[in-house]
Amino acid sequence: MDLTILWFGIITFLFIGYFVLDGFDFGVGMSIPFLGKDDTDRRVIINTIGPIWDLNETWLIVAGASLFAAFPEWYATLFSGFYLALLLILLSLILRGVSFEYRHQRPEAAWKRRFDAMIVIGSAVPAFLWGVAFGNIVRGVPLDSGFNYTGSFFDLLNPYALLAGLTTLLLFFTHGTLFVSLKTDGELQRRARRLAGRSGLLTIVVAASFLLWTTLAYGTFWSAVLSLVAAVTLISAVLANARGREGWAFGAMAATVAFAVLSLFLSLFPDVMPASNNPANSLTIANASSSAYTLQVMTWVALVALPLILAYQGWTYWVFRKRITRAHIEGAQAAH
Amino acid sequence: MNEWLDPLLLSRWQFGLTTVYHFLFVPITIGMALTVALFQTAWVRTDKEKYLQLTKFFGKLFLINFAMGVVTGIVQEFQFGMNWSDYSRFVGDVFGAPLAMEGLLAFFFEATFIGLWIFGWDKLPRGLHLATIWATAVGSILSAYFIIAANAFMQNPVGYDINEAKGRAELTDIWALLTNKVALAAFPHTIFACFMVAAGLIITVAAWHLSRNQHLDTMRPALKFGLWMMMIAGALTVLTGDSLGLAMVQTQPMKMAAAEAMYTTSTGADASFSIFTLGTPDGSSELFSIRIPYLLSFLSTHTFDGTVEGINDLQAQYVQLYGPGDYTPTIWVTYWAFRWMIALGVLHVFTAFVGLVLTRKKSALGARLFAGRWGRWIWKAAIWSFPLSLGAMIMGWVFTEMGRQPWLVFGLLKTADGVSPNVTGLEVLISLIAFTLIYGSLAVVEFKLIKKAAQKGPDDLPEPHPETGVRRQETTVY
Repeated sequence: MDLTILWFGIITFLFIGYFVLDGFDFGVGMSIPFLGKDDTDRRVIINTIGPIWDLNETWLIVAGASLFAAFPEWYATLFSGFYLALLLILLSLILRGVSFEYRHQRPEAAWKRRFDAMIVIGSAVPAFLWGVAFGNIVRGVPLDSGFNYTGSFFDLLNPYALLAGLTTLLLFFTHGTLFVSLKTDGELQRRARRLAGRSGLLTIVVAASFLLWTTLAYGTFWSAVLSLVAAVTLISAVLANARGREGWAFGAMAATVAFAVLSLFLSLFPDVMPASNNPANSLTIANASSSAYTLQVMTWVALVALPLILAYQGWTYWVFRKRITRAHIEGAQAAH
Repeated sequence: MNEWLDPLLLSRWQFGLTTVYHFLFVPITIGMALTVALFQTAWVRTDKEKYLQLTKFFGKLFLINFAMGVVTGIVQEFQFGMNWSDYSRFVGDVFGAPLAMEGLLAFFFEATFIGLWIFGWDKLPRGLHLATIWATAVGSILSAYFIIAANAFMQNPVGYDINEAKGRAELTDIWALLTNKVALAAFPHTIFACFMVAAGLIITVAAWHLSRNQHLDTMRPALKFGLWMMMIAGALTVLTGDSLGLAMVQTQPMKMAAAEAMYTTSTGADASFSIFTLGTPDGSSELFSIRIPYLLSFLSTHTFDGTVEGINDLQAQYVQLYGPGDYTPTIWVTYWAFRWMIALGVLHVFTAFVGLVLTRKKSALGARLFAGRWGRWIWKAAIWSFPLSLGAMIMGWVFTEMGRQPWLVFGLLKTADGVSPNVTGLEVLISLIAFTLIYGSLAVVEFKLIKKAAQKGPDDLPEPHPETGVRRQETTVY
C-alpha cells in the first residue's frame, strides 16, 4: 500500500477525532449563555467537559504535528497562508483554556462573568473559523509555484467559506447542547434538549445547503454519498433528541460531524490543497508528502500509539460517564 | 519597506518571546508533576495526613499553571508553519517526526492522565489514582525528550541526507536523530533544571510560611524536601551542563567562543574563564575583567592544556566552508546569558546547602541565626529561590538559541532563509502585539492567582467518619 494514502487517511482520522471531540466542547462553551440560569447551572455545564476538554484539544496538537511530519508542504502552505485566521484560533483557544482554570479561582460574580464571556468567545470563534479554513481548502486558494499562498486574509472570507463557517458553528453548537443534555439531568437537561431541537432544525437547513453546494461544485461520487449519510445522521440526531433518546441523539450527531469531515477530505483527494489559479500549483498527497522512510517510521509509531490512545481515552470517558447534577456541584470541593 | 515591518526580525522576536513565555510553565509542569507524585506516594505508603495535605496544596499550584503550559504550547507548534514555512518545508521530513512522536506517544498520555488525576479522587481506587499522577509525570518527561531531540537537530543535524532535487533535508536514520549527542546531553540538563525550578517553588512557598511561623507541620517537611531536591537536582544540572558543554564544543565551537567572547584561539592558561568583563558590547575590546586561568580549557576539553578556538579563526573557517557572511552570534547576549545561567544555578546549590545546614535540628548556629536579626534576611533569601531558578532556566535557553545564530539549522539553513516568504511584516506585527498583550495580561492574573493560593497554605482535611475512621475522598469539580 502506498503510505501517502495511508497517511492521508491518518490525518483525516485525526481531524475527525479533533472535530468530533473538541466540537462538542465548543458547543458546550457556546451554550453557557443560553442554558446557564445561575452560577450552579453554569458550573454544571462547564463540568460536563471538565476532565476531558484538555485531551480533546490535544487531538489538534497531534493532528498538526502529524501533518508536519507526513505532509510538511501541506503544513507549511496551510499555516503560513491562513496566518491571521490561525492567529485568531490560537488566541481563542488560549482564552478558552485558561478560563476553565481561572473561572472558579475567585468567588466574585464579575470575575466569573468575565471568564464565562471568554469561554463563549473562545469557543465560538474557532468553531466558525475552522469551517472557514476547511471551506477554503476545499474551494481552492491561489498558490504560486513554490506552493505559497498568494491571497490575503480577506480573500478567505468568500461566501462559500463563510457558509462553511456558519455550518461548523451550528453543527458544533447542536453537538454541544446534545452533549449537555446527555450529561445533565432535571430542568437544565430539559432546556438543553429544547435548545438542541431548535438549533438542530436550523443546522439541518444550513448544513444541507452547504453540503449541496460542496457536492455540486467540488464533490466526487464518494464525497456525495458521505454527504448524504451525514444528512441522514443529522436528521436522525434531531429526531432522537425530540423523542428524548439523548444517547442516540449525541451518537448520531458525532457521526454527522465525522461523515461531514470525511466527505470534505474525500472531495479533496488526491489533492490536499488545490490551487484555484493554476492546477499545476496544487499540492497533492504526492508532492506534499515526506520521504518514504519518514512515512515508514511514522507508520510504525502510529500503529503502536493509536490503539493505546483510543484505549486509555475510552477508559477516561468511562470513568467520567456519570451525569453531572446540581447536587453534585454544590456538594463538591472546587478543584483548586 | 519600513525597517520596523521586517517580517524576519518580528518573527524572531515573536518566536523568542512566546518560547520563553511557554518555558515559564513547562519546568513547573515537569518538576511539579514529579513532586506531587512523590508526596502522594508518601501519603499512600505512610497514610500520614501531612503528605495528603502537601499533595493537594502543591497539586493546586501545579494545576493553576498547567493550562497555561498547554495553551501556549499549541502556539509553539503552529508557529513553525505560520512564521517559518520555508524552514518547515526544508526540515519537515526530519523535524516533524519527533514532534509527531511527542504528540502520539507522550502528550496525549499526559493530557489524558492529568484529567483523570484532577477529577478522579473519588472515582478511582487509591493506588490507581496514584498511578495517574505518575503517568502524568512520565508523559511530561517523555514529551520533553522528543522536543529536545527536535531542537538538537537544529544545533547538530544528524541522521539526514540532503535531497537536491526537492531542496530539502530528508530523514535517513531515526535512531541517529533520537540519540543525537546534543540531545543526550541537553535532555538530562534540562530535566534536572526543571526539577530545580520546582524545588525553587517549594522552597519559596515553604520559607514564606515558615518565616511567618505558620503551617509548621506541613511546611517544615516541604522545606526540607525542597532543599534536598534543589541540592541534588542542582548538582546534577551542573554535571550534565558540563557534558553538554563538551558536546557543544565538538558540534558548535562558535557557541563556546561566543559564550566566552573569546576572539583569538587560546591554549592552556590563556584559555581562561572571565567572571566579569567591562568593555565594548561586542566584546572585541575590554577595559577590565576578572579571569580564572585554565578554566575554559578545562570546561571545553577536560584538560588543562587544551586549545579553544576563537571567534576570528572560526569565522574565517566558516567563510571558507559556507561562503561569505557573518557567522558570529550577538556576543553580549551569549556572554552574559551564559554567565547569569551559571551564576544563578551555582548560587542555588550553595543556598540549598546552607539552608540544609542551618535547618538541621541540632544546628546551634542555625538556631542562633534564625533567632537573631539575621533570621529575617535568611528567609528573604530563600523566598527568592523560585524567581531566580526560573531566571537561570531562561538564561540557558537564551544562550543556547542565540548562540546558534545566524543558523536556524547549524550549517544547513540560516535563520534569514527560514522565514515565511508570503507573511507580511504587518501581519507579524499584529500577531506580535496580540501575543504580547494577551500573554502579558495573563501573566499578571496567573501570578496573582498562584500567589493567593500559595499564601493561603494547605487546607485542613475533612474529618474522618466518626465510626469507621475512613476519610471519604471529596468530589473535585471546576
